[in-house]
Amino acid sequence: MQFEGTVFRYGRDVDTDVIIPARYLNTSDPAELARHCLEDLDATFVSRVRPGDIIVAEENFGCGSSREHAPVAIKAAGISCVIAKSFARIFYRNSINMGLPILECPEAVDAISDGDVVSVDADEGTITDETTGRVFHAQPFPPFIQEIINDGGLVARTKRVMAEKNA
Amino acid sequence: MPRSMTMAEKILADHAGLDEVVPGQLVECDLDGVLANDITAPIAIKTVHEIGAGVFDKDRIFLVPDHYSPNKDIKSAEQTKVTRDFAHENAITNYFEQGCMGIEHALLPEQGIVVPGDLVIGADSHTCTYGGIGAFSTGVGSTDAGVGMATGRAWFKVPETIRFVIDGELPAGACAKDVILYVIGMIGVDGALYCAMEFSGTTIENLSVEGRLTIANMAIEAGGKAGLFEVDETCRAYMDRRAKRPYREYHPDVDARYRQVIHIDAADIVPTVSWPHLPSNTHPVAESRGIVIDQAVIGSCTNGRIEDMRAAADVLRDRTVNPNVRCIVIPATQGVWLQCVHEGLMDVFVNAHCVVSTPTCGPCLGGYMGILAAGERCVSSTNRNFVGRMGDPTSEVYLASPAVAAASAVAGHIALPSDL
Repeated sequence: MQFEGTVFRYGRDVDTDVIIPARYLNTSDPAELARHCLEDLDATFVSRVRPGDIIVAEENFGCGSSREHAPVAIKAAGISCVIAKSFARIFYRNSINMGLPILECPEAVDAISDGDVVSVDADEGTITDETTGRVFHAQPFPPFIQEIINDGGLVARTKRVMAEKNA
Repeated sequence: MPRSMTMAEKILADHAGLDEVVPGQLVECDLDGVLANDITAPIAIKTVHEIGAGVFDKDRIFLVPDHYSPNKDIKSAEQTKVTRDFAHENAITNYFEQGCMGIEHALLPEQGIVVPGDLVIGADSHTCTYGGIGAFSTGVGSTDAGVGMATGRAWFKVPETIRFVIDGELPAGACAKDVILYVIGMIGVDGALYCAMEFSGTTIENLSVEGRLTIANMAIEAGGKAGLFEVDETCRAYMDRRAKRPYREYHPDVDARYRQVIHIDAADIVPTVSWPHLPSNTHPVAESRGIVIDQAVIGSCTNGRIEDMRAAADVLRDRTVNPNVRCIVIPATQGVWLQCVHEGLMDVFVNAHCVVSTPTCGPCLGGYMGILAAGERCVSSTNRNFVGRMGDPTSEVYLASPAVAAASAVAGHIALPSDL
């Protein structure tokens, strides 16, 4: 999977309450959630984001509530990939399970500026800042998690494993 | 002989059918239970339908509509309806209708539905609460929960464990909530990221099960995967009249390997407030007195148990809430509610001019039942104080114990009970 987009850069501890406030959790419709994505952190995000754009953030991205609505909202808003120094545990699982590409790469986060154009090869874990020309390599996923990603998420993997057992 | 292991390692090894596991290992485990609420269940149910194999065990799926119920609007009503219909279609035994329900993490231990030694996942981040009774329980998203409901299994990365040894007597006015706020203030909101937390020491041994559940509940606010307490006589006495199933105790080996062992002197733990906008932004109550408040909330999965209601009532008895403050009291379960009636606590709350609500998560997550206007401040016995958590993005939440929330409601500003 390859992506290219403009960077929206945020700080540390971006929590799921600001990614999608609970006042909108009376629905799980991706398009409706996307309309309010990050509005309490960056009110202009929704009007500026374009399909393919990339979020770059410091440590502990996605902390707080387990709401899967958070990666759903980010993906539905058009974000192709999130690069952070670290991810909160539940957000990390949720992103893998529902197919939002995420990459842990502290060096890239330190070097990339807001508004830079960045391209990502998620399979290789390569991050290129097209604005500055610098190239970074994200931590590879453990093989088991890479398998879930290759299957297209946890539901697809579960169906495959169940089908193999019944065969 | 298997290697020496922590509590988390032992529970995960047993549920993976292995003699031993090591931190970092990825294991697939059998689950004792899978939880979801009215916000997270609809997406989990969609996952169950996509897999198309029904549910793994109708007795081991716990569905608790607590976040937006009693239904706050039409959309919420539709979400609880999806949950209810699924429960009925699959003859789910542990579905809790409004009127029989409680806030999920208060309800399941109280009813003995989760028992010590269990491995439970829940589509709610505060699922880590059951570590208070020696279960490994952790929050997941709806897809994980849905796959768990369909298969009875989930994958885990075996976490490293940080052990907290807390010894001595807590100073006057400090309680379990202050212990966990102190710990989060010390290690930060990602201080235990990807780790299990194990709590031990004489201070912990002297805590009630309710207090242990409060501490385990907020392990997630330090990034923790679980917050674990050993089963002892106090826990056995609590469980033995509730447990719906036989249970198993897991004790850490004395030479188990920890990422870190942190010793804390209980004498250092004073009544604490987490200022906006992170639970780690802790300050002594004594240095927070100038902060004027508009609302106080006493309740939630963190602090809505009978012990919390008693602590609040002890402060509010023969006093009234400051006329500039709304004080909202939410007993966490129908059982706690009834106990408040029997003990005369309802008289105390109503006479003190508190609002007393049916069990709901409502205000804690800014859902309903106490939303803040722009610039308003709330002292709350809940667990998060993120931007916009309880309402307008410019409102502020200060986290504290039930006694401090009650005292602040009377004073009109952040206060200790001893200030009144």
